Amino acid sequence: MSNDSRNLSESATFPPRVMAEIQRAAHEGLYDIRGAGAKRRLPNFDDLLFLGASVSRYPLEGYREKCDTNVTIGTRYASKPIELKIPITIAGMSFGSLGANAKEALGLAATAMGTSTTTGDGGMTDEERNSSKTLVYQLLPSRYGMDPDHLRKADAIEVVIGQGAKPGGGGMLLGLKITDRVAQMRTLPKGIDQRSACRHPDWTGPDDLEIKIHELREITNWEKPIYIKIGATRTRYDTALAVKAGADAIVLDGMQGGTAATQDVFIEHVGIPTLPAVRQAVDALQELDMHRRVQLIVSGGIRTGADVAKALALGADAVSIGMASLIAMNCNAPIYQADYEKLGTRPGYCHQCHTGRCPVGITTQDPELESRLNPEHAARRLKNYLSTMVLETQTLARACGKTHVLNLEPEDLVALTVESAAMARVPLAGTDWIPGRQ
Amino acid sequence: MITVDLQDQPVRTLNAQLIQLPENTNQKAWRVVNPMGAHAVAVGLTQAVNVDIEGHVGYYCAGMNQLANITVHGHAGTGFAENIMSGIARVTGNASQSAGASGHGGLVVIEGNASSRCGISMKGVNIVVGGSVGHMSAFMAQAGNLVVCGDAGADLGDSMYEAKIFVRGTVASLGSDVIAKEMRPEHLELLSRLLAAAEIAADPGSFRRYGSARNLYNFNVDNADSY
Repeated sequence: MSNDSRNLSESATFPPRVMAEIQRAAHEGLYDIRGAGAKRRLPNFDDLLFLGASVSRYPLEGYREKCDTNVTIGTRYASKPIELKIPITIAGMSFGSLGANAKEALGLAATAMGTSTTTGDGGMTDEERNSSKTLVYQLLPSRYGMDPDHLRKADAIEVVIGQGAKPGGGGMLLGLKITDRVAQMRTLPKGIDQRSACRHPDWTGPDDLEIKIHELREITNWEKPIYIKIGATRTRYDTALAVKAGADAIVLDGMQGGTAATQDVFIEHVGIPTLPAVRQAVDALQELDMHRRVQLIVSGGIRTGADVAKALALGADAVSIGMASLIAMNCNAPIYQADYEKLGTRPGYCHQCHTGRCPVGITTQDPELESRLNPEHAARRLKNYLSTMVLETQTLARACGKTHVLNLEPEDLVALTVESAAMARVPLAGTDWIPGRQ
Repeated sequence: MITVDLQDQPVRTLNAQLIQLPENTNQKAWRVVNPMGAHAVAVGLTQAVNVDIEGHVGYYCAGMNQLANITVHGHAGTGFAENIMSGIARVTGNASQSAGASGHGGLVVIEGNASSRCGISMKGVNIVVGGSVGHMSAFMAQAGNLVVCGDAGADLGDSMYEAKIFVRGTVASLGSDVIAKEMRPEHLELLSRLLAAAEIAADPGSFRRYGSARNLYNFNVDNADSY
């Protein structure tokens, strides 16, 4: 037999990574649980391009001609809607999955930029309420820490039906992260592998949801906007049903959305990408004549001002970032490299949030690791990143001649692939063709 | 005694009046008539007032209650006293499913029967049922006590954590990782106090105790059949 390594051929069906996973499963007898969102390549906003100004359209001058970025959420029913200075919010991430320093940093940065943060499956911490001027409080199936006093302290309420990483799944927090404080907030024994319920305990379908939302409004004097968060699946129907149930805003999380701990099989194989989901949600809102009256906040793999601008152009009112905000605060940064190696990974590849051993101190409850994240420094980094994204969004909007970023429209976009053209319902670049449309 | 007729006023007016009561209010006695199955009656209360509701209520009556003493003289719909924090919520008739859901504290008394999922996700509330409870009661129950003077339906306490369940009658089946446990003097004493607080007469010695076997707290592949 020849020793020529050029003869080695990898199987596309069983590449080394798949073989390693099969052998891991054979060893452990449990699905692989990890953090981060879907890692495989999916149709996304990179497949769309803006048509900038041309002879038939003129642009606006950067720095001189205004391009506003403010957005109001919750105009439908709430007596105190949320005023955001920028169309980018911080998505729900639990205290428990993140440490207290990280939650505080998110709050400080959001406050500096005039936007909101969101609690998660652990309830509301004092750190976050005090550092975040505008705080959205989640009502999840688990009801960990659910407290009417917190409902009243919140600026908005987000009824969580699902998240993009695992539509149909409940939260998960593994034993090492169930510290005394987390256990006390969640009324759980310390050190267990916690799983949240995937369905709400006191309502199931959209008709019950309407009654539940009414109860929440009664408890909070009809002041606060009520969002409904859905993982992207049957988005068109879900959006219509959420509107019917009385939502002030829809939060739509595509399959690229992140998590701190979920089964890999769930992350990679359930839900639809953000790109087609936005289109479906906007269609549903337009059919009900509710576009811009029930606001749409889109999340799941938002990374740059280009993503923000494209989501807005497709009809979203705002976007929400989760993973990206953590990356801005040094998630996967090439520092403390020895600690990444201890987790069997490297900077740029790490998705070990579920272990509680985050090398940069974000998704951990360990005080020594948490001390690596200084809330003020991290907030400064996140503020810089948010500012950059806003400037990028304005740059693209001005190039399309828009005085407000919400004036971006589908006609400003074309697609590079047949899939993305069909999903976003914009023409393939250089053609008049939208697949699926006559 | 302040009487509110829900045929004349919407639930919103009633709730706004009750929720805005100041801490040392002397308006402590409220009577609500003609609820006619309305939803969200007396939700989110914050003061130690007495509210007597004459008639049947819909969903979420007494939801997220703090300190108040609420009695429904009739039947209650889904989610009675859901997420109760403190105080007492009582139904003289029957309660629909998810009674006391995710309750964090206080006492819920159902003199008649409760339906399925009674005490689901309970986090410290005490629930005393004079009659029977339906299937999946105390599902994922984390803390608190569920006392059932009648029978319990299938899958009692499935996936529960540290809550305690006491049943006097028969149990159709126990949920995942639930076992019968020994009744010790401290449990008899606890049961006595709960029954007295609920004003329901029953002999603590005639109850059996159920709780988590704690085998599913951390994953083990050999328990995979139970998941």
